[in-house]
Amino acid sequence: MRRPLSHRLLGLAGKIAVGLVVAFILLPAVVVTMSAFNDKAIMNFPPTGFSTRWFARAFSYSDFSSGFRNGLIVTAFASTIALVVGTGFAFVLDRYEFRGKKAMEAILTSPLVIPHFTIGLGFLILAAQIHAARGFAVVVVTHVVLVLPFVMRSVYVSLRNLDARLELAAASLGARPGRTLFTITLPLLLPGLVSGWLFAAILSFNEFTASLFVTAQATQTLPVAMYNYVREYADPTLAALSVVYIVVTALLLTIANRFLGLGKVLNVEHGR
Amino acid sequence: MAAERLHTGTEAPAATSARVGVQIDGVTKKFGAFTALHEAWLKIEQGSFMTLLGPSGCGKTTLLNLLAGFLEANGGEIFVDGQLMTETPPYAREIGVVFQNYALFPHMSVEKNVGYGLAARGVPKREIASRVADMLALVKLSDFGHRKPKELSGGQQQRVALARALVIRPKLLLLDEPFSALDKNLRGAMQVEIKEIQRSLGVTTIFVTHDQSEALSMSDRIAVMSAGRIRQVGTPDEIYRRPTDRFVASFVGDVNVLPAKLERRLDDRASVMVGAVRVEVPAGTVDGLAPGAAVDLFVRPDALAIGEKGSGFPGTIAAHVYQGSHVDVLVDSPATTGGRLLVRVPGTQAPHRWPVGQAVGVTPTGDAVAFPPEAA
Repeated sequence: MRRPLSHRLLGLAGKIAVGLVVAFILLPAVVVTMSAFNDKAIMNFPPTGFSTRWFARAFSYSDFSSGFRNGLIVTAFASTIALVVGTGFAFVLDRYEFRGKKAMEAILTSPLVIPHFTIGLGFLILAAQIHAARGFAVVVVTHVVLVLPFVMRSVYVSLRNLDARLELAAASLGARPGRTLFTITLPLLLPGLVSGWLFAAILSFNEFTASLFVTAQATQTLPVAMYNYVREYADPTLAALSVVYIVVTALLLTIANRFLGLGKVLNVEHGR
Repeated sequence: MAAERLHTGTEAPAATSARVGVQIDGVTKKFGAFTALHEAWLKIEQGSFMTLLGPSGCGKTTLLNLLAGFLEANGGEIFVDGQLMTETPPYAREIGVVFQNYALFPHMSVEKNVGYGLAARGVPKREIASRVADMLALVKLSDFGHRKPKELSGGQQQRVALARALVIRPKLLLLDEPFSALDKNLRGAMQVEIKEIQRSLGVTTIFVTHDQSEALSMSDRIAVMSAGRIRQVGTPDEIYRRPTDRFVASFVGDVNVLPAKLERRLDDRASVMVGAVRVEVPAGTVDGLAPGAAVDLFVRPDALAIGEKGSGFPGTIAAHVYQGSHVDVLVDSPATTGGRLLVRVPGTQAPHRWPVGQAVGVTPTGDAVAFPPEAA
């Protein structure tokens, strides 16, 4: 029996709508990738010829390589500090009841609500007061605050999914609290910790708005260097750099998926 | 008489202290305004199998958690093998726990799970390996040492949990509703197996369950609990045949309740009248009631017999429920509160002898207990 025409039309319209949404998500990446291979010194779409010289320029431009190095330094420190601090807070929020718990939770997640430029500006003013506006410290501190909510969320969800009886079982078997932490709790939290760190690292490495305020020439991160570049030049170097960005991030996620499983990294619980 | 009681009361612990495995002295636990456990007193003989039986929320799991050290009591003391445990943290208690969901460590192999408690004690690796191997052999899982818990069936996971708890040679083994996750066939087999292992190792065991048939079949002694209180402690037979508490009589096993009048008391026996039928009961449960007072008579279905019309309580056969080894006969009778008596007749001949619709008489033949009526 054939379905009525109206049903088939509806089904077709649905497929087209889904296709459009998916295309829309990928569209910017596709446009940038294609223009990265343009042979002219302007970013236009569709490209008029094929060249890889903009990739060569992206890798040789010194502001980019120093920005990349600075970004790695800031990201490594910021996401590691955020992981330690965020894990501590997630433990406290998960395990203890106390007055002001809700308020603490709200404050810890407030960087999601407060605009990045406000946070950047605030830290810039503070850093200027103590003459620390030109170093890495202020950049790292700013990034820690920005990525903390994401780390905390990720660890908190893993803690919620952890069966408290496993820790009780370990205790009943004679394990002191420290041993339980290192042999039971942390190994079982590892996927959450890794995913939290990974999110923090990606966010920190890509962060622009707050970084614009708190970085100086010597500490500018890659997104800031890219912004400064685009103010002077309009050639496809930035597009080429974007392609590198996409490829490296995808590679990192693939490796994480290979070793930990993306479901675990993203904290997705599969029904058995 | 009071002096005599006091005397035996002070002497008893000294005389039996070597044999007392667990002593719970007036332990109370409150959660906010809610009292989960009211002054529990309990003594458990070393090497015996004690069951805490009761409906959910009766405080049995709270008591188990207090014993394991997972909760702190608000009052009272707990002794295990004569040692005061109240302030001892869980990791220093030497108590093995089998959890309801087994709580096996999912990231470790079966061997690592079982060896965990030994590693925590700093036992040398070679000794760990041999003791784990012995324990896995005892629970018949020798070939499964390298598997992860999720690769095992429910029954196998339970054996691992048992092995893990026993390998540390605990002074006390706690079993928290360990059979509730197993299907019915496996449950019976595991009950027998756990009981055998427990007896062969001679480890004092406390088993928490809401299932009265599990309690009756496995225990040396049962403590029946409800609403945060221990109602009665006794052997399965005492609990079943001579309940001292109305709740115990109705929670454990099937029971018929008949309104009756207290006739007289003589020493430790009393007699009650159900209509014109006189029934002998223990006097302890009707202490303080005057002759003529209304009581409820509790009679088990296997303590009743069906006879010719005119004997015992009058009734009419209503239905038969075939149960294989016996037949449950339902008898409509005005003598009982529900209007219907349940009589358990051994063998399978009951439907032929007592067809539906026949007028009969039902006679009490075994133990019966009377309690004051429930406060309305």
